[in-house]
Amino acid sequence: MSAVDSKTGAGVGGAVAEGTPLVRLRGVEKVYERGAAPVRVLERLDLDVARGEFLALMGPSGSGKSTLLNLIGGLDRPTRGAVIVGGVRVDRLDETQLAAWRARHVGFVFQFYNLLPALSAARNVELPLLLTSLSRAERRRRVETALRIVGLAHRLRHHPGQLSGGEQQRVGIARAIVTDPTLLMCDEPTGDLDRQSAEAVLDLLQSLCRRHGKTIIMVTHDPHASARADRTVYLYKGRVVEELPA
Amino acid sequence: MKYLVLVMAGLWRRKLRTALTLFSVLVAFVLFAYLSAIRVGLGQGVDVAGADRMFVWHAVSLAQPLPVSYLDRIRRIPGVKLVIHQSWFGGVYQDPKNFFAQMPVEPEPFLQMYPEYLLPEEQKEAWLRTRTGAIVGRRTAERFGFKIGDRIPLQTGIWMKEDGSTTWEFDIVGIFDGAKPGTDLTPMFFRYDYFDETRGVGKGLVGWYVVRVEDPSLAPAVARAIEREFANSSAEVKAESEKAFLQSWAKQIGDIGLILTAILSAVFFTILLVAGNTMAQSVRERTAELGVLKAMGFTHGQVLGLVLAESCLLSGTGCVLGLALGWLATAGGDPTGGALPVFYFPGKDMAAGLGLGLLLGLASGALPAWQAMRLRVAEALRRH
Ligand SMILES: Nc1ncnc2c1ncn2[C@@H]1O[C@H](COP(=O)(O)OP(=O)(O)OP(=O)(O)O)[C@@H](O)[C@H]1O
Ligand SMILES: [Mg+2]
Repeated sequence: MSAVDSKTGAGVGGAVAEGTPLVRLRGVEKVYERGAAPVRVLERLDLDVARGEFLALMGPSGSGKSTLLNLIGGLDRPTRGAVIVGGVRVDRLDETQLAAWRARHVGFVFQFYNLLPALSAARNVELPLLLTSLSRAERRRRVETALRIVGLAHRLRHHPGQLSGGEQQRVGIARAIVTDPTLLMCDEPTGDLDRQSAEAVLDLLQSLCRRHGKTIIMVTHDPHASARADRTVYLYKGRVVEELPA
Repeated sequence: MKYLVLVMAGLWRRKLRTALTLFSVLVAFVLFAYLSAIRVGLGQGVDVAGADRMFVWHAVSLAQPLPVSYLDRIRRIPGVKLVIHQSWFGGVYQDPKNFFAQMPVEPEPFLQMYPEYLLPEEQKEAWLRTRTGAIVGRRTAERFGFKIGDRIPLQTGIWMKEDGSTTWEFDIVGIFDGAKPGTDLTPMFFRYDYFDETRGVGKGLVGWYVVRVEDPSLAPAVARAIEREFANSSAEVKAESEKAFLQSWAKQIGDIGLILTAILSAVFFTILLVAGNTMAQSVRERTAELGVLKAMGFTHGQVLGLVLAESCLLSGTGCVLGLALGWLATAGGDPTGGALPVFYFPGKDMAAGLGLGLLLGLASGALPAWQAMRLRVAEALRRH
């Protein structure tokens, strides 16, 4: 971890001047080599996301939203271009450095929650903390805090199978924020939820942004969801646009 | 240690499948323990045979007796440190099914020859005092409930007494234990002087001689000298080391050992496939979960370790439980009631079993772990 820390300088939340965007993408291209025919998904894409912004990312299916999210979150690397988060050239980190960087700075929320079914809510939320050197007691304290923030402090011992979809997603969010990352990446977090549960999750994301200063990038197909964001951008023909052409 | 909960979560995901796999591994290791004990029984004594001891038989057949006068002649041959004689009594206690060996010997030199038979000093003295005294191995004593002071009758079809009776009575004066786990604790030994005076036939004849040489490296030369000593006499002899004798006996049933090994190999190969399949399925089902772990910051190496730990925990638990059960099952001793007087699960096989368990864990987890390690996060999360 120390190697990465020295590379990231003071980290995402550190010495980068106020006003510079937290996330900066410049000339990003992503080409998937599938068989003989390469699939060009992103082309010379530029995007800035301000610190503390709640950004919604929309676009037709297959337009590359998840691909873009993966590049920003350090799950994948662009074919060309620069991905800079908090001053760090994420695209230049190697696999091990990326893993450590993600552990420290990014939380992920997925459409299908992806909780481990054999573990209680508290154990699920604790998982990212296993990678830290925190004591057992300290891990426990943080897990409780995270679950309290998502309003599930009373469901600590419940297993995913005993929770509703909306509750599972809130556990998923607690897991994403338990390490106190700066950046929260959500890929269709309400995609599998009914209206009411979706609203609860969106309330939660909004308050994480407003009250806890998280920078959130949320992929969604749902206009209700994007309406909650500070700003909505669209992926169109491999680029980010502020409005979809009619 | 904090990752243990994660390892358990992987195994706990499909409780029934994990339990069934665990059970198969367990059964394999019970079998392993049991067959090990049988193999020990078949190779009986070879491991504990004294390298400096040898047998002297009638050259024609083991069943032909030798004159007791050979004792002094053998003793005089250079390189011979100690010599004793033994004979086959072949008595029956109550029922022919109750087989155990009995042999007339001369107590003092006999106990010198076999230091692996542990007999308390006062019992030895009692034996020297009691002409009809006999000592018996712990295993046989326990089997029939013999106690010191008991008088036990043996029927014999070979050794009619001078008075025409075929019932011999012996006073149990000692019960011996073994210095090593492989020591045969089933035979009974009684006094040759009582035997020779009381028997009506074959007086002055003994079954065979046991010779201790001064130096094991001299054994072949001493054996040849003994054979030469009695060449061209009415009873020529054949001398061979105890180890060689037991080995040639064991070789006759050695093929059974080979078959046992083949069976075990087949069993373990099957178990490897069973455990490997369990792990492969488990990893395949958890593609997204493993992807999530990697997204959180778990490294490829950590995920590899996680899957390997799972498979090792699964095989290891089955192995330890199986060996423990196998040990319990063999602790009762000979299950055949006499055919395998030495029957136990040896410590070195136990260690080999534990090693095998670890190997099984690593081998069954290797491929799935490697696949889990290579899993790319972005792709793992796409598959839904
Ligand atoms: N690993 C891959 N190999 C090959 N092609 C890929 C891979 N990942 C994504 N693609 C292709 O890239 C394009 C963009 O995929 P992506 O998942 O980013 O779209 P999306 O906007 O998230 O779609 P959806 O709304 O359906 O989730 C698709 O055409 C997809 O088939
Ligand atoms: Mg997508």
